[in-house]
Amino acid sequence: MKQVGRDIPRLEVRAKVTGRAEYVYNLRLPGMLYAKIARSTVPHGRIRSIDTRAAKAVAGVHRVVTGEDIRKLIAEPYFGPAFHDQPILALDKVHHVGEPVAAVLAGDPHVAERAAQLIEVEYDELPAVYDEVAAMQPDIVVHDMLKPAGTFADLKHLKGRTNTNIALDYHLRRGDVDAAMGRASRVVAHTFKTQQCLHLPFEPFVSVAEPGDGTLTIHTSSQTPSFVRTEIARLFGWPENRVRVKVPYLGGGFGAKVYVKLEALVAALSMLVRRPVKLALTMEEQFYMITKHPTTFRIKSGVDQDGKVVARACEVFWNGGAYADIGPRVTQKSGFTAPGPYDIDNISIDSYSLYTNRTPAGALRGFGIPQLVWAYESHTDLIARELGIDPVEFRRKNILREGRPQASGTAMQDAAIAEVLDTIAARMNWSAPFDRGSGTIRRGRGVAIGFKASISPTTSVAIVNVAADGSTTLYTSTVDMGQGSDTAFAQMVAEVLDLDSEDVRIVHPDTDVTPYDMGTLGSRSLFHMGNAVRLAAEDARTKLRALAAEAGLPEGTNYPPAEIFKKRYGMQAGNVIGTASFVPTYKSPDAQTGLSDNVTPFWMIGGSGVEVEVDTETGAVRVTKLVNAADCGKPINPGVARTQLSGAAIMQLGFTLSEDMKLDGGQVTNASLADYKIPGIRDIPPMQNELVEAEQRSGPFGAKGLGESGTFGVSPAIANAIHDAVGVRITALPITAEAVLRALRAQAGQPLEDE
Amino acid sequence: MSMQNINFTLNGQAVSADIEPHRNLVELLQRFDLFGARESCGQGLCGCCTVLVDDKAVSGCLYFATWVDGKSVTTVESLDANGALSIVQQAFIDCGAFQCGFCTPGFVLMVHQLLKEHPNPSDDDIVHYLSGNLCRCAAYPEIIEAVKVAAKR
Repeated sequence: MKQVGRDIPRLEVRAKVTGRAEYVYNLRLPGMLYAKIARSTVPHGRIRSIDTRAAKAVAGVHRVVTGEDIRKLIAEPYFGPAFHDQPILALDKVHHVGEPVAAVLAGDPHVAERAAQLIEVEYDELPAVYDEVAAMQPDIVVHDMLKPAGTFADLKHLKGRTNTNIALDYHLRRGDVDAAMGRASRVVAHTFKTQQCLHLPFEPFVSVAEPGDGTLTIHTSSQTPSFVRTEIARLFGWPENRVRVKVPYLGGGFGAKVYVKLEALVAALSMLVRRPVKLALTMEEQFYMITKHPTTFRIKSGVDQDGKVVARACEVFWNGGAYADIGPRVTQKSGFTAPGPYDIDNISIDSYSLYTNRTPAGALRGFGIPQLVWAYESHTDLIARELGIDPVEFRRKNILREGRPQASGTAMQDAAIAEVLDTIAARMNWSAPFDRGSGTIRRGRGVAIGFKASISPTTSVAIVNVAADGSTTLYTSTVDMGQGSDTAFAQMVAEVLDLDSEDVRIVHPDTDVTPYDMGTLGSRSLFHMGNAVRLAAEDARTKLRALAAEAGLPEGTNYPPAEIFKKRYGMQAGNVIGTASFVPTYKSPDAQTGLSDNVTPFWMIGGSGVEVEVDTETGAVRVTKLVNAADCGKPINPGVARTQLSGAAIMQLGFTLSEDMKLDGGQVTNASLADYKIPGIRDIPPMQNELVEAEQRSGPFGAKGLGESGTFGVSPAIANAIHDAVGVRITALPITAEAVLRALRAQAGQPLEDE
Repeated sequence: MSMQNINFTLNGQAVSADIEPHRNLVELLQRFDLFGARESCGQGLCGCCTVLVDDKAVSGCLYFATWVDGKSVTTVESLDANGALSIVQQAFIDCGAFQCGFCTPGFVLMVHQLLKEHPNPSDDDIVHYLSGNLCRCAAYPEIIEAVKVAAKR
């Protein structure tokens, strides 16, 4: 039976509906201590003193640890994927409210929590900067000196730089933008902004470290076990093989649980006390861990007489918060898609990753793409309106067709942009007449499409183990956090080895056992690890055939593996182990022009169409229809793929209409689910989710990743629909009723007073 | 802090425990190695900690452990006690009504209560009963479908 393309339930469904699925949340070890963190109360300041006496005096407290204690264990206790800028516990300075300053260890987490509140820290406060455009000027400098990690060639020139908040500046120049703007019949410019929001996985960050005899085991809710191993080994100056990282199921990730988060702290604490240490954050604490970049995007286009975009200039400012995390990669690897999926000969892109005194920002379901699509698809709609061209027609006229070079110079291949747009238009009945309502309820509709490159070049390794009875196990360090990677890989192994997918067992990440994977992020797994899994299964198949030949079985006959083993070894004995690694080719962008003809192994394409009703008396927006479409290559499991598309779109609906971290003096004032509103069951519009089947020829069985594609178009499609309904343009997220009402009143010449 | 001795029925079995008065029901259940009720938001808003006490859904994170003294507590782990999944659990599987699975036990228990009180729920009933459960993976359309499938069975 064909396994790839089958709609089977995910492998772990029974464990999940019975509440028995394994999460780090559940883990308890003998002798384990619980850690709680004392956090900075100021956004920017030098630490004058830390008084831990009252905390130590609390009955049941085992130990109180500060940054200086960590420095005795690890001389350079700084970590981070792009910059080694983040101390395990604050040293000398704090850079954002909520930064970990000290940790309390106790056998009872309630005791640790109470004691942590008794730690008194005195600061010499420094002025703080929160806005990404203001941070371009060195009036307030967040870090005294830049410390790039050295892993990335394009960050080397930043080493040791002082008096700046710019963690990376990426520039792309294609054609001659100034000349083309000069010749254009019309030049249109806008500025768009996005807000700070965050992942909020329902299993908040949690890690456990367990010291052994010259070894350390870390159980962690992480999307990147291999990276954690490398980074913890680097911090301790150990070889990798002394660090073991184990990851069971994740209660959500969405890009939050990547690289090192709590792991360095639990590792250091457990080494200091020689006991297992668990640190589990509360929902509130997640607001001080990692967020999605707020952005300002200035976009300008030159258009000719025929409605063709001839030039586009993009300036993007990414608010990275206090630590760079993966922000510099977002700035560059998403930055080069800033002009959108359009065929434009003259392009300039200036993309800046900036330090500010906010909670750090990293990757959130789209790696910066939703912020870019918000701007370029709102802008595209405004140009179409100004020209009086139907917005779908305008897009068709300008989109990148197969084989044409994208801004970076890389040709579009296996990218179903036109098909995604056509699918959305068809499901929206775009050519049919549309009722725009009357009275106080007005109706509108809008579309938006976006695209994304895959993070590259990255490596995945897989092992397929066929046991003597023919039962087969797959070892990978890919993390299944609900996206269905275990199931998709089982289907691939089963397809190659002629098994039932349900019979393939998956060993979850355990770096003592499972081989390297760069990380479960950026929709990379199905493509990268999928290719490795397919090759590993093919390797096992080749070795089984060789074993059959050794056993003297005639060639060309399809013996079951169990018979081959029995014939070869005389009993149920032996193994066949297939292995493979996969890393795509890649060319770094040129340092001067930012161009490369091979920036990504595949393209993700996604878009949305929406219909809205706007209440002109209150500004309330109701989404009455949401169509999402994505190029998913050839889906391995269409049912699971569709739920990825749907889940991503609903998540983006929250980032569009309600989610917004509010700051007051650097302090988050709505750090709870009561005040930071995520979508609930009442907020779900009627939806259609369309998988646009194409073929990713370089992907396993024609497949490509799509965990993020559903996010791309939602926000601008809604803004475009609101404009269609009531003639006002919202340029900043989130689109609250208040924002719409303010715009309506301003349009009517009766502006509301400022807050 | 002083311990309090409590006696209650846990998934049909009479049990007792010594517990401090500040502990919540989720912590009590963990002492019995039951991890299906999970504390997530800590404010009774997300429903991940849903437990039935005397057949009524409560938020385990806001419910003091000592309050179950003399009561009957039902957790998600009881639903397949005889080895077979409940109709609701099977419907969740058939409809793909979860992704990461962290909130799933809470939804499953809430749907059990919904169907007990409204065997043929309207869309309004479904949304009303499940508005206190949140799913960050946003499997809501599939959850609604699963409720309808379970109701038909």
